[in-house]
Amino acid sequence: MLLRHTPKEIMERNALVINPAKTCQPIGAMYASLGINGCLPHSHGSQGCCAYHRSTLTRHYKEPISAATSSFTEGASVFGGQANLLQAIENIFTVYEPEIIAIHTTCLSETIGDDLKQIAIKAEKEGKIPKGKHIIGAPTPSYVGSHVTGFSNMVKAMAGMATPTGKKNGKVNIIPGWVEPSDMRELKRLAEMIGVDYTLFPDTSGVLDGPLSGEYTMFPKGGTTVQELKGCGDAIGTLALGEWCSADAARWLDSKCKVPCSVLDMPFGLKATDRFIDALRIVAGTTVPDEVTYERGQLVDLISDMHQYFYHKRVALVGDPDQLISMVEFLTSIDMIPAYVITGTPGKKFEARIKELTKDVPCEVKVKAWGDMFLLHQWIKNEPVDLLIGNTYCKYIARDEDIPLVRWGFPILDRQGHQYFPTVGYKGALRLLEKILSALLDRKDRDDPERTFELVM
Amino acid sequence: MARLKKKLVQWEPTDIKAELLTKYPPKVARKRAKQIMINEALENTTPEIVANVRTIPGIITMRGCTYAGCKGVIMGPTSDIVNLVHGPIGCSFYAWLTRRNQTSASGEKNENFIPYAMSTDMQDSDIIFGGEKKLEAAIQEAYDLFHPKGIAVFATCPVGLIGDDIHAVARKMKEKFGNCNVFAFSCEGYKGVSQSAGHHIANNQVFRHMVGTSTTEKTDKYKINLLGEYNIGGDGFEIDRILKKCGITNIATFSGNSTYDQFASANQADLSAVMCHRSINYVADMLEVKYGIPWIKINFIGANSTAKSLRKIAKYFGDQELIDRVEEVIAEEMPAVEVARADVLPRTEGKTAMIFVGGSRAHHYQELFKEMGMKTISAGYEFGHRDDYEGRQVIPTLKVDADSRNIEELEVEPDEKLFRPRKSPEEMQALEKDGLHFKEYHGLNPDMDKDTIIIDDMNQYEADKLIQIMKPDLFCAGIKEKYSVQKLGIPQKQLHSYDSGGPYAGFVGAVNFYHEIDRLVNSRVWSYMKAPWQENPELSATYVWE
Ligand code: SF4
Ligand code: SF4
Repeated sequence: MLLRHTPKEIMERNALVINPAKTCQPIGAMYASLGINGCLPHSHGSQGCCAYHRSTLTRHYKEPISAATSSFTEGASVFGGQANLLQAIENIFTVYEPEIIAIHTTCLSETIGDDLKQIAIKAEKEGKIPKGKHIIGAPTPSYVGSHVTGFSNMVKAMAGMATPTGKKNGKVNIIPGWVEPSDMRELKRLAEMIGVDYTLFPDTSGVLDGPLSGEYTMFPKGGTTVQELKGCGDAIGTLALGEWCSADAARWLDSKCKVPCSVLDMPFGLKATDRFIDALRIVAGTTVPDEVTYERGQLVDLISDMHQYFYHKRVALVGDPDQLISMVEFLTSIDMIPAYVITGTPGKKFEARIKELTKDVPCEVKVKAWGDMFLLHQWIKNEPVDLLIGNTYCKYIARDEDIPLVRWGFPILDRQGHQYFPTVGYKGALRLLEKILSALLDRKDRDDPERTFELVM
Repeated sequence: MARLKKKLVQWEPTDIKAELLTKYPPKVARKRAKQIMINEALENTTPEIVANVRTIPGIITMRGCTYAGCKGVIMGPTSDIVNLVHGPIGCSFYAWLTRRNQTSASGEKNENFIPYAMSTDMQDSDIIFGGEKKLEAAIQEAYDLFHPKGIAVFATCPVGLIGDDIHAVARKMKEKFGNCNVFAFSCEGYKGVSQSAGHHIANNQVFRHMVGTSTTEKTDKYKINLLGEYNIGGDGFEIDRILKKCGITNIATFSGNSTYDQFASANQADLSAVMCHRSINYVADMLEVKYGIPWIKINFIGANSTAKSLRKIAKYFGDQELIDRVEEVIAEEMPAVEVARADVLPRTEGKTAMIFVGGSRAHHYQELFKEMGMKTISAGYEFGHRDDYEGRQVIPTLKVDADSRNIEELEVEPDEKLFRPRKSPEEMQALEKDGLHFKEYHGLNPDMDKDTIIIDDMNQYEADKLIQIMKPDLFCAGIKEKYSVQKLGIPQKQLHSYDSGGPYAGFVGAVNFYHEIDRLVNSRVWSYMKAPWQENPELSATYVWE
C-alpha cells in the first residue's frame, strides 16, 4: 500500500492539511501570464517559489517555462524587495527583451508588504521600462485562496491594461479561465464558427503546446497581445467562464469600462457548452451554424449509445471549483453519481452550488471545499466508488483502492494529451466520455469472469 | 561532424566567454565574468572561481531555495519521519513526491510517509496573529493519526518573518509526547543563496537530534556510513547491493532510503564514505570530531569509480579477506559492464556533453561519459562552493559573506561516552602513505581538460548561447532547463531526478546509463526537425503521376 497510513476512521482535523487538493496563488498567476504574447512572468520573492512553479508547469506541459525571480536574500526580506525588483526589471528588459513583464508577489513579499504599484512607478520614473514596453502586477498572497485565486488575480491585472477609447470595437471578450492550451484553441474555433469577433485572454495556445523544430524562442507567437488587452475595454461584452477563475476580471471591466459581462460556467459537458454557445450567439448577434449543432448531436448520440455503462456509476472527484461545477453537472446529466466532490480551494459558495446541482441525485453527495485528498481517500475507504477523476496525485489512491482513474485537472505529471486534445465544448465532452468509458470498460474487461466476458460492448 | 569541428575551431574559449557576457548590463557582466572560467588544468593550482554567491535578480537561474535543499533533498528521502511543512500550502505541495527518491520503507514497521504531503496551510489570520498555535495543533493531529517516531517541522519564508518560534513548539510537543522526537528546521527560502544552505541546516539538525541516540548495538564487521547519496532512481539500492555483496554493512545512508534508526546509529560506523561532497562534507567532519569516524571521498558513479571506491573502503579496513572479496565482486560485475560498454562505444565515442547540476554530479558524471568515450566540454555547479571546484585546500581561504554567516556551523567536541578513535595516528599515517587519503577532495576543475569552460550558477540565457556556439551532443541539467534545450534539437538528460529510469550508480547503474545515453544521443527523433518541404522548398522536380 502506498498510502498505508490512511485510516478508515475519520478524525476531524483543524490545523493539518494532508495531501492537498490545491496549491498556491503564484503558480496560477504564472500560468495566466504565459497566455500574454511576449510576456515574461516574474516572481517577486525568493527564488525557490519561482523554481517550484516553473518545475511544476514544466512537468505538466513538457514545454519550456521561462520566468524570472527577484531572488530575495535575507537582507531583502528585512528591508523590502524594492531594490531587487528594480534590478530585475532592468536585467530582464536588457537580456530577454520581452514585450511585457507580468509580476506576481509571493508569501514573502506580501508578508513584508512590498507595494508593486509603487515600485512600478519608481521603475517607470527611473527609466527602467523601455519605451513601448510594459509591466503589470498582481498581488498573489498564498495564504489566501489557492492557485485558482492567483490565476484570477493575474487575469484581473490583464484586464487592468484596458484603455478604453470610448468607441466600441465590436469584439467580445472571452475569459476562458484556467483551462489547457488545447481548450483555449477549441474555444477560439467555436467562436470563429459562430462568427464572433473575440479577444480571448489569457491564451496559452501557441505558447505551451509548441512544436519541436530545432528552434527555440523564449517568446513563441501565441498569447493575447498587449494591443488586444488594451482593446478589451472597448468590447461589446465579456463572457467570463468560471466564477472563481474569470469573474473578477469581467466584473472589473464591467464597472470600470462599461463592458457588460456575463459569468458562465466553464463549458465542460453538454449543458454548460449549450449555455456558452447560446450566450456567444446572443452577445454577438449571430446564428449558430449547423456544424456546431451537428457536433452537439454527436455528443448526445454517444451519451445515448453508452448510457448503460454510465448509469448510476459512483464517481469521486477532486479538482478546482469551476471545473468541478461543470463536471458534476455533466456527470449528473448522464446519470452518473458524483458521490464525493472535493476542492482544496476554500469557499462555501462552492459547496452550495454542488448541492444545488446534485439535489435530484438519488443518493447522498458529499462535498467539501478546503478539503484534501486524505479526506477523499477516507471517504472512499468507507464507501467505495467506481471511478476517480482528478490530477496525477490521485493515482496513489487509485492504485491502493484499485479504482479506475481518469486524469483531468492540474497537474497531470504522468500522462500526455491535455495540451493537445481539449475537454471543453462538445468535442471535448466526447473526449471526456471516451476517457471515462475506456477506464470503466477496461476495468470491466479485466474483472469480468470468463463466462460473461463480452466481445461487443 | 565536419561542421561541428569547424565551429569548435572558430570559437576560442575567451571569445565564447566574451560572447556570453556581451548582452548583460555592465554590473551583471562584471559579476558573471568571475563565475565563468576557462579551465587551465594546471598541475598544482587552478585559477579561482567565484561560487556560492547571490543569484542576480531577474536573471533566470536554475537554483531553488534553502527550503528545497532542506526538506526536498535531505529530509525528503527519509521514510519513517513525518515531514510537516509550516507555511502556506504551496511549498509543501511542490515538494510532494517530485524528486524520484525511492524507498524500500525498511523501518521497523515499514512506515512510509513519503507519499504524504503535510502542511499547516497558513491563512492570512495566521500571518497576522502568528502561526504557533496552528503548528502545535497540526503536530498534535499528525501524532494522533500516525504515531511516528519522529516529526520534522520545516519553516517556509513567511514563518521566519512573522517570528514563529518553531523550535520552541517542537520542544514542547516532544516533551508532551514522550515517545516521539519532534524537531524543527529554520530553512526559510530566503536564507543563504541556494539549496546548499538548506542541506546544511537539515544536516545540522539530523546530527543534533538523531545521530548517536540509538541504543541497539551494531555488531557487523565492516561498518560504514554512506554520506550524500539520495537514492534518486534507486541509486542507493544498487550501491547497497554491491556493498552487501562485498560483506560491507551500510549503517546509515544520509539520506537516501534512510530511516530514523539509521541516523540514530550512524555513530557506530567505522568509516564515513562521502559521495556528494557539497551537501554533506561538514557532517563527515562532525562525525569524525564527535565520534572518531574517519572519512574518505568515494564515488559510485561510473563502473571504474565504483571499483576504485570499493578498493578504497577495503584498504581502510585492511583485512585481506575483505580485500579479496572486493576483488572478486569487481571481477564478477565488470564483464557485464564491459559488454554494454563495447556495445554502445561505437555510437557514443567522440560525442560531447555539458553538465550543469548540483554540487557533485557535474563532476561525478564525467566519469560515466569518459567510459563511453564522450568528452565533457563545459560543466558547472548550480549550488557548489569553491572547494567543490578547486579542492578542499581552498577551504581555509574561503570568505564568509553575509549570506553564509547566517547558516549555523555546529561546534562539536568529542563525545564523552561515544567517541572512539577507529585507528591510531600511526595507522592513519600508514594508510595515507599507502595512498588512501582522508578528508580529501580535489574538486572538479583538475579533472576537466584545458580550455573547457566551467560556469557557476549557469542561467538560461548563457545555456542557450553556449549550446548555440558549442553545439554539444548532450546537455545535462534539471527539469526547468529540459525543454528549451530539446527545442534546439539537442537531447537533454536530467541529472537531478534522471527524468525516468535509473539507477545510474554502481555497476548495474553504469550499464543503465550507457544504454540511456546511447538511446538519447542516437534517437531518430532528432532527425525529424524539418519537414520534407522545409528541407527542400523549391519545386525542383515535377511529380510523375504514373
Ligand atoms: S512561499 Fe508562498 S508563494 Fe512561495 S511556494 Fe510557498 S506558498 Fe507558494
Ligand atoms: S516560499 Fe521560501 S521556502 Fe517556500 S518555496 Fe519559496 S523560497 Fe522556498
